[in-house]
Amino acid sequence: MATILAVDDSASMRQMVAFTLKGAGYDVQEACDGSEALDIAKQQKFDLVLSDVNMPVMDGIEFVTELRKLNEYKFVPVLMLTTESAGDKKMEGKKAGATGWIIKPFNPDQLLNTIKKVLG
Amino acid sequence: MSIDLSQFHQVFFEESFEGLDIMESSLLALDLTEVDAETINTIFRAAHSIKGGAGTFGFQQISGFTHVVETLLDEIRSGEREINKAHVDLFLECVDCLRGLMSDLQAGSEPDMTQADDLKQQVEGILANEGGSELTADASSGALKEPGLTDEKNQGLASGKDDAKGWKIEFIPCEDVLCTGNEPYRMFRELQELAETEEGGKIEVISHLEKLPKFSEMHPEMCYLSWTIYIYADTELSDMEEIFEWVVDDCEIRYERLSGSTQIDDVSNVEVIADIETEAEAISAEVVNKEAENSPAIVAEVIVEKPSENKKIDQKPTPAKSKAKSTENTSIRVSIDKIDGLINMVGELVITQSMLGQLGQEFTMDRVLRLQEGLSQLEQNTRELQESVMKIRMLPISFAFSRFPRLVRDLSKQLDKEVDLVMLGENTELDKTVMEKIGDPLVHLVRNSLDHGLESSEDRLANGKSSNGTITLNAYHHGGNIVIEVKDDGAGLNKDRILSKAIEKGLVQQDEMLSDSQIYDLIFQAGFSTADVVSDVSGRGVGMDVVRRNIAELNGSIEVTSNPGVGSVFSIRLPLTLAILDGQLVKVGNEVYIFPLVSIVESIQLEKHMLNNITGSQYVMQLRDDYIPIICLQDVFNTGANTKDLEGAMLVVVEGDNEKLGIVVDELLGQQQVVIKSLEQNYQKVDSISGATILGDGTVALIVDVSGLNNKPSDKNPDDQTQAA
Repeated sequence: MATILAVDDSASMRQMVAFTLKGAGYDVQEACDGSEALDIAKQQKFDLVLSDVNMPVMDGIEFVTELRKLNEYKFVPVLMLTTESAGDKKMEGKKAGATGWIIKPFNPDQLLNTIKKVLG
Repeated sequence: MSIDLSQFHQVFFEESFEGLDIMESSLLALDLTEVDAETINTIFRAAHSIKGGAGTFGFQQISGFTHVVETLLDEIRSGEREINKAHVDLFLECVDCLRGLMSDLQAGSEPDMTQADDLKQQVEGILANEGGSELTADASSGALKEPGLTDEKNQGLASGKDDAKGWKIEFIPCEDVLCTGNEPYRMFRELQELAETEEGGKIEVISHLEKLPKFSEMHPEMCYLSWTIYIYADTELSDMEEIFEWVVDDCEIRYERLSGSTQIDDVSNVEVIADIETEAEAISAEVVNKEAENSPAIVAEVIVEKPSENKKIDQKPTPAKSKAKSTENTSIRVSIDKIDGLINMVGELVITQSMLGQLGQEFTMDRVLRLQEGLSQLEQNTRELQESVMKIRMLPISFAFSRFPRLVRDLSKQLDKEVDLVMLGENTELDKTVMEKIGDPLVHLVRNSLDHGLESSEDRLANGKSSNGTITLNAYHHGGNIVIEVKDDGAGLNKDRILSKAIEKGLVQQDEMLSDSQIYDLIFQAGFSTADVVSDVSGRGVGMDVVRRNIAELNGSIEVTSNPGVGSVFSIRLPLTLAILDGQLVKVGNEVYIFPLVSIVESIQLEKHMLNNITGSQYVMQLRDDYIPIICLQDVFNTGANTKDLEGAMLVVVEGDNEKLGIVVDELLGQQQVVIKSLEQNYQKVDSISGATILGDGTVALIVDVSGLNNKPSDKNPDDQTQAA
């Protein structure tokens, strides 16, 4: 089954995302900021990365930029979890190399549908 | 798949309250003359998370309200607007309001939105007024813009809808599309799924290889292909746009309605194939393979095979939902370091255990030394393990201190005093339970210091002090206890006023001679207040006695020292934890009792000249200037008469509820830390006993409740309460 790395500084969002994905049979790892996520990503290859934008220590934009520098992650889909009000953040994320975005608030079904789009 | 989101609510509330605390403390820490970008960022992030979570978990009231706050913060963050004091005040109000709303929601009741709506309007007012308004307009209309645009396009294209069935899409991706993780074939797959929702719907994908460069010039990560996709189904444009949503900005995508008669242009198709052939000659077979891996030259096949897998995902049974606990359960966050330390120690314990086990199997007397060594190692392991486990419950006192910057800020405004708050030793750790219970007494003390302790700015200047008063909160460890000090540099306690007030209230006699500390101590008596005017802040005369009682309940004590003109210090002394107690073991008759070490004043041997008999069996003793009652635990607990003569007996002088008491004991045993076990949970409540513990030999020893004991004799025979204090 596909492995997914979920990055969000908010524990409740992380739990919701992880629970939903695990329930759908994905293998999920969690990280609470960009730098932690980067460390995890270096140790294990994931099929998909979901990342929040606003995070302490290392934000989502910087994280994606760094992630894309890794050979292993050149083509791996990376989705940003973002709010609709942050239109410029969407572009920033794209520029950094994000595949796409999921707009908050989202519910588990929307999440699964979007993920299906880029996996497999 | 449906998931019960309510199971995440508890976590959401917890982290949101934390987020609000962060917002509050960051707002208070904000230096308006030199705004720190990271602080603003932190505040923004907290608001952002709350909004995101609230939206996700279905608390639209919260997300709607937080949205405007976040928008304003975003403008400040991006430098479009300067933050000023009014903003900070408004944000703080918003934080309070959110906290209220959140508590209501957590308790399961519908929150009252009147204040929130009012605040929201204020924030919106700011947003609408001064510069930076573009962003708001942008943000709010942004959501509306897209559907509007789509409609327009739809209308334009809908003209041929009746006789048309299908679309032709030209998709020319940018060269580095693959480097963003967007695989064109996934989009084709989705288009196919979309088309297949309709009966007989299908798609056809034609790749264009014209732009494929020579092999020597080819970059393997680039996408040189483009596609024409025919969709033979009556799909909605918006659905297709959604599929290309992520790449629409840097790829060329053209949608075209197929008219009923349109056929695929066979000629161009042939051309394409011819192109492939000529190009292919230049490329070795190996290269084609490699290319195929990276870019979707074999798209058509992939699509046809694919979709079944997706459906499998859908059909997978949802896992049994873990029973969502709606009840509020408190949790504690423990740093990984502590857990690691714990695991380490358990490891060592296991090693010691196996060493001892081995020793025991083939034990001979000449190995006694090694056994002792092993046992002492076991003791050390156990102690370390105990300490580490206790540490898990420990939190830095900053949890209790964190509310004070705000409190002091608000109060000083209200009282029109200029106050600086200094907090020291914020990392001093304290048991979580103690922390929760010490909060209110601390608040009272700080309020008191601000209201009564500190003088007004004019008075201060007149007395040659700086106009700003200072309140210092300090916490430190001191011999197994934690000491928390609330210190002010105000006028100090007014001895004469306290004394006259106490006489007026009948707390002391006119002609009594009291030491300074005794006078200061009077403020902890019930019904005592020196404030001439009962103010909003403090001075209702309920307070200091409650503070002392609350602290006593935690097995702690409070005292005050004061210096006229220099200030006062309230020192609270607390045990580090409620689960373990430093105890003095004593033997009385056949029983072993434990006195809390903090309550013991001294242990002395009774001499005849100290003894006085007041009425019948009640003895008092003279200890320096004090007369203190003497009691025998045998009488209190009915464990057989005390056969010993009081003269020459060992006496432990204890203090509880600020009154001293002499307890006759047969023998002083050792001092040790004991783990408190609740009597109420295991048996029932017993007067004058606060709990029990299990000693090393397995027997149960009772822990004496000194303050309870203090009240006991008076209950029994009130006549005897003749204390010449």
